[in-house]
This record gives sequence, structure tokens and C-alpha cells, in this order.
Amino acid sequence: MEKALKRYSPLFVLPTFLAFVIGFIIPFAEGLYLSFCQFTTVSNAKWTGLSNYKSIFSDKTFLDSFGFTVSFTVASIVFINVFAFCLALLLTKKLAGTNVFRTVFFMPNLIGGIVLGYIWQILINCVLSIIGEPLLALNKPAGYWGLIILMCWQQIGYMMIIYIAGLQNVSDDLLEAAQIDGASSWKTLWRVKLPMVMPSITICVFLTLTNSFKLFDQNLALTGGEPNHTTEMLAMNIYQTFYARAGAQWKGFGQAKAVLFCILVIAISMIQLKATRSREVQQ
Amino acid sequence: MKKRMLALVLSGVLAVSMLAGCGSKGGEDAPAPAPEGDSQETEAPAASGAEGSVYYLNFKPEQGPDWEALAKVYTEETGVPVTVVTAASGQYETTLMSEMGKSGAPTLFQVNGPVGLANWKDYCYDLSGSAVYGELTSDAFALKDGDAALGIAYVVESYGIIVNKKLLEEAGYKVEDIQSFADLKKVAEDITARSSELGFAAFSSAGMDGSSDWRFKTHLANLPIYFEYQDEGIGSTEAIKGTYLDNYRAMWDLYINNSTCDPSQLSAKTGDDSLNEFLDGQAVFYQNGSWAYGDLTKNGTFTDDDLAMIPVYIGAGDEAKQGLCTGTENYWCVNSQADEKDIQATLDFLYWCVTSEQGTSSMANDMGFVIPFKSAVESQNLFVKQDAELTASGKTPVSWNFPTMPSEEWKNGVGSALTAYAADQTDANWEAVVSAFVDGWATEYQLANP
Repeated sequence: MEKALKRYSPLFVLPTFLAFVIGFIIPFAEGLYLSFCQFTTVSNAKWTGLSNYKSIFSDKTFLDSFGFTVSFTVASIVFINVFAFCLALLLTKKLAGTNVFRTVFFMPNLIGGIVLGYIWQILINCVLSIIGEPLLALNKPAGYWGLIILMCWQQIGYMMIIYIAGLQNVSDDLLEAAQIDGASSWKTLWRVKLPMVMPSITICVFLTLTNSFKLFDQNLALTGGEPNHTTEMLAMNIYQTFYARAGAQWKGFGQAKAVLFCILVIAISMIQLKATRSREVQQ
Repeated sequence: MKKRMLALVLSGVLAVSMLAGCGSKGGEDAPAPAPEGDSQETEAPAASGAEGSVYYLNFKPEQGPDWEALAKVYTEETGVPVTVVTAASGQYETTLMSEMGKSGAPTLFQVNGPVGLANWKDYCYDLSGSAVYGELTSDAFALKDGDAALGIAYVVESYGIIVNKKLLEEAGYKVEDIQSFADLKKVAEDITARSSELGFAAFSSAGMDGSSDWRFKTHLANLPIYFEYQDEGIGSTEAIKGTYLDNYRAMWDLYINNSTCDPSQLSAKTGDDSLNEFLDGQAVFYQNGSWAYGDLTKNGTFTDDDLAMIPVYIGAGDEAKQGLCTGTENYWCVNSQADEKDIQATLDFLYWCVTSEQGTSSMANDMGFVIPFKSAVESQNLFVKQDAELTASGKTPVSWNFPTMPSEEWKNGVGSALTAYAADQTDANWEAVVSAFVDGWATEYQLANP
């Protein structure tokens, strides 16, 4: 049976492989090529070499949005993971109604980013107008914290599920042994549970890191980069360069930013994976 | 062994049916260009191929259904398939860019003046010598690059301040009382002072949401630019001086401080908010153009007797002679990269639109356009008629200079600064508007014309 599977595996992989080549490999290669070109439509490009990449480093808006993205990412990783882990701890205690709460906390994840963005825009603008502060479009700090609240609301439930799965995998033998040795519940958490859920932490930090770095829908819907591009994250900065600007010189430039962005995301997430992996322990 | 054979046959069948499915589906999808976003589309009957076909990417959402109806009539008459796709408001460039990259690209699209043309120059068919070009009433309506006519204007529009005459009378004034900025200011401030007693405000909200901010960062900003161009005797510039920005500020102050809502709320107000306030009788004045006529009269909310359009007075130039802002930023372009027969079909369609009875009457009556072509039918649009009356009485229409604004980014910068100023009306915040207007112009001009 296994032999047969092995023999026919290429046949079974073929459809997915084709889809992957058509939907990912080819566009990616074309995108890479276009980042060295000047073009208006993608079928009609002119090679210009490295000039697009050179102008990135003199583009202040790109550097600004990079800074904004980094500060947003750091805050959202911390908040999302801490809250998600705390919720997971609560909901793995044998309390009544845990299943209901798990479902409730997970639900925001089922709503799309654009819709969430507009809903939260109305909510936050309403609160801001009640307390007499400038609305989102004029208020950078509100935009920053609004994005973080929005992301927390959306992502905590998802990460919580992963942490719950991890916590449920911590073997009872270990917990019992710790109890017999006289470890307090605080010590059990730090010395037993946390090291044992390290694989979950790796996954969750990876997901929140990449999600936050690549954030686009929520950014577009909630703040739209206002006031004056100060809450514009990298993905949106690229979108604006590509679409909001008229003239062939901007398209390749936006494309070059996108390629650089892709490399950045891969590099940063690789570093993170390496760092958290090294702390995982063998069961 | 038997089992293995069965598995092989089954998987073979699966693979074949899947590939077959892909093939036929691809074939069906190919001729119909997919719409982007929330655009609307009428599907013409499948292309016959022999005569070519027309694919019009329409810019004006207000007239989308009318174009679709007109396309249908043309198809019934000639058998040439015409597809009309309307891009969502504010998404035209994005939609155009992705549609142009596909096979079956639009054969007919539009650019908004010289700045828009710069983007699409390589895709514009030279229309000089075509039949439709010969129908233009004046050469001034062609968008030229050297000797080539790359675009032709198809609609002339006017904008100004739309007045609800009934409410104005309730407040004790007549339209004729407003002949200058000083008059307008007096009336507006008087209405504001008595607004709780009257039950309405002077201006509908000057919303700075993306659906409405063009009325101020583009259309209102046209006036200081126009008067400066007049002074200097120029038609475009690489560096604006901002001579009339104080007038711009006075007008903006008037709009935001005599309005239906608190100025700090403007950033979240949309175009629909403003329109609905006006329809609801919450405001006397509403800055918009002749294209809003349909929205205002649609359900019988207003009749021609209730409405009037007055010039946007900002207290500059000779106000006794100032007319409505009249011009165009809508130019038809034919895709030069399309098939020869599709180009011909498109030119034929355009010629039919501007000469045939159905075409001209639909453009005049259904779409409410004044078209700059010889066989034009007189429009029933009240604001268009008023523009003609004002011009006949010796007033000079203010021309549209915003197609010479250096970029969208410039408009956005001015818009952001205006919104910030509205929320907190300090001199420092106005300085930011001036800087976005003057310095922003120079920077953006450099970026757009390297």
C-alpha cells in the first residue's frame, strides 16, 4: 500500500503543485522582474535596473511607515500573546461554561478585516467625540492604539485556541510531580507549564509577528493612513505608492518596495523562529 | 492487483475531469472582462468577432445605468457588442490600471486632463482626423499632445453653491440678494444666529471623508488657483504663489462654522451625509455641481422651482461678473493597443453617441450632460440652463484649473491640512494648509515631472 502511495504521489501532488506554480511562483517571479522595470501595465515593462531600489532609501514615507509598523508590531505581539495566554489559562481550569467562552472569544476572528475596521472606526470615533478629542482622521495616537485594540480583539481568540491546545498537552504526571515536590502554582506556571507550551508560543509569536507586519485591511479601513500618512503601515505605503500615484515611475518603485518588504518579513520571522525554537524543551 | 487497477482508473478519471473542467471554464471566461470592486456591468451578447467590440470603462457612477442602457440600444441597432463597466467612486485609476493589463482591455477609457494623460499617453489613440473629432464644436475641447489629439472632452459641467430657495425665503432672503462673498457671509451668519428658531443651518456639512473631500480640496481650491492664474495670465504653473489663500480661508471658515455639524466632526462626514442633509431641508446651501441634479430631483424632493445655483464667491476678482465654475475634466481616450477592428468599432460607437438621436438625447436628458458636439440636444438640467443664462447675461464662467494640480497626493495633503484646521482653527494650523498648498505644489510638481 505504502509503495503504491509513493509511486502515485506525483499524480496526487500535481493539481496542487500546478495551482502553486500558477498562483504563486509565476506571479512572484514576475513581480521580482517588474521591480527592476518602469511600467504602466504589467505586460508592457521597460528594464531600468536598480534605480527603483536606490530611490527607496531616499523615500521618507517608506522609512516613516517602517518605524510605525515596527512599533505597532512590538506592541501587538506583547498584548495579543499575554492576553491570549491568560485567557487560555483561565479557560483550561475546569470551570463551568468554558466552551461557551472559548467560542465567544474566537468569534471576532470570523469577521473580515475591512468590516472590523469600519465597525471599530465608528466605535472609536464615537468615543473620541464624547470625550472631546480629535477624531481618528486627525489623531495619530488614537489611530495607533485603535489599530492595536482592533488587532487584539481579532487575534486573541485565535491565539487562545492554540495556547489551550498546548496547555492541555502538558502531561498530568508532570503537574502532579511538581505538586508533590511542593511547587506553588506560580512556580508550576513558570517552571513547568511555560517551558512545555514553548512550541505554541513559537507558533503564536510567529503568527502575530507576520500578521502585524503585513497588516493591510484593518489599516485601510480604520485609519486609511490619516492624519497625513502618519498611521500608514508598510503594506499600505506600498499600495499607495503603486495605486495613488500617477506616472510610470511610481509603479516599479512600489514593486521594488514590495520585494524589499517581502525579504524583510521573511528575515525577521526567520530570526524570531530561531530565537524561540532554541528555548523549546524535549518532552 | 484488482484494487490497484481500480485506484489507478479512478484517479485517472478524477484528473481528466478536473483538467477538462478547467479547460472549458477558461474558455467561457475569456471574453468577458471581470469587473473590479463594486462596479456594475452589463454583459453584451458574446462577441461575434468579425466586427470588433467596444469595452467602455466608465468614470461616472452617477451615469452608469444610463450608459448601460445606451449601449444596449446600440447593440440592438448594429449588432456590435458594447460592454460598459463603471468603476466605483474614487477607484477609477486602480480599476483602469488592472483592466488595461488584461487581455480584452478597455477600448474606451477616460483621463482627467493633462496630469491624467501623462500616465496613459502611450495608450491613447490619435483621434485627430476621426469622425468624432470632427464633430467637436471647438478645438479647445481636445486634449492635445503636440499635434495629436489624444483625448476629447465629452461633457461640460458646472458647479457652484446649490441653494434651497424655499428655505432661503423662510430665512427672509432671495437668491438675488447674494451677489458677492460679503452678501453670502451676511446671509449665512444671520441664518446661523437664528438657526434654532429657523430649524436649519446655512451650509450642509463640508464632509472630509474620501467621498466628499474633493468638493473642497479640489473644487473649492480651484478658485484661488483660477484668480491667481488670471492675475499672472497663465494656464498652469510649476509653483503656485497662493495669493488668494486668505480668501480660501475665509470661505472655508464660512462653510465649516455655519454648518449642520460641529467642525471637529467633519473628518467622518461623507458625501451622502451632506446630500441627505440638503434633501432633508436641514441646510440652505450645498456646494456641488450639475451632476448632482439627478440626485436632488430624483424622488420629487425638489422641483426646478425650489433650486438655484449661485457662483462660489470667495471675495476675489470682479464678483459682479463672476459666473459658475464651468469646464471639464472628463476626456475620452481610445486604447491604441487594442485590436484594429475594436478601435474602429469604438470610434463608430462614439460617433453614433454624439450624432444619433438616441445617443444625443440620452446624454442630454438621461445623463444630464452638456456635450461639446455639433448635434448636441439641449439639456434639461436646471443648473446647466442657469450656467447658460448667467453667461448670456454677461458673466464670465470660472474655468476648471484643477486638472493642472500636480498630483492626487497634493490634493490629499491639502485635504488633510484642511481637516486638521477645521477641528482646531488656529493660525498655526492654517499655516499648515498654506504650506501644503504652496510648498506641496512645488514638491509634487517636481516629483510628477522629473
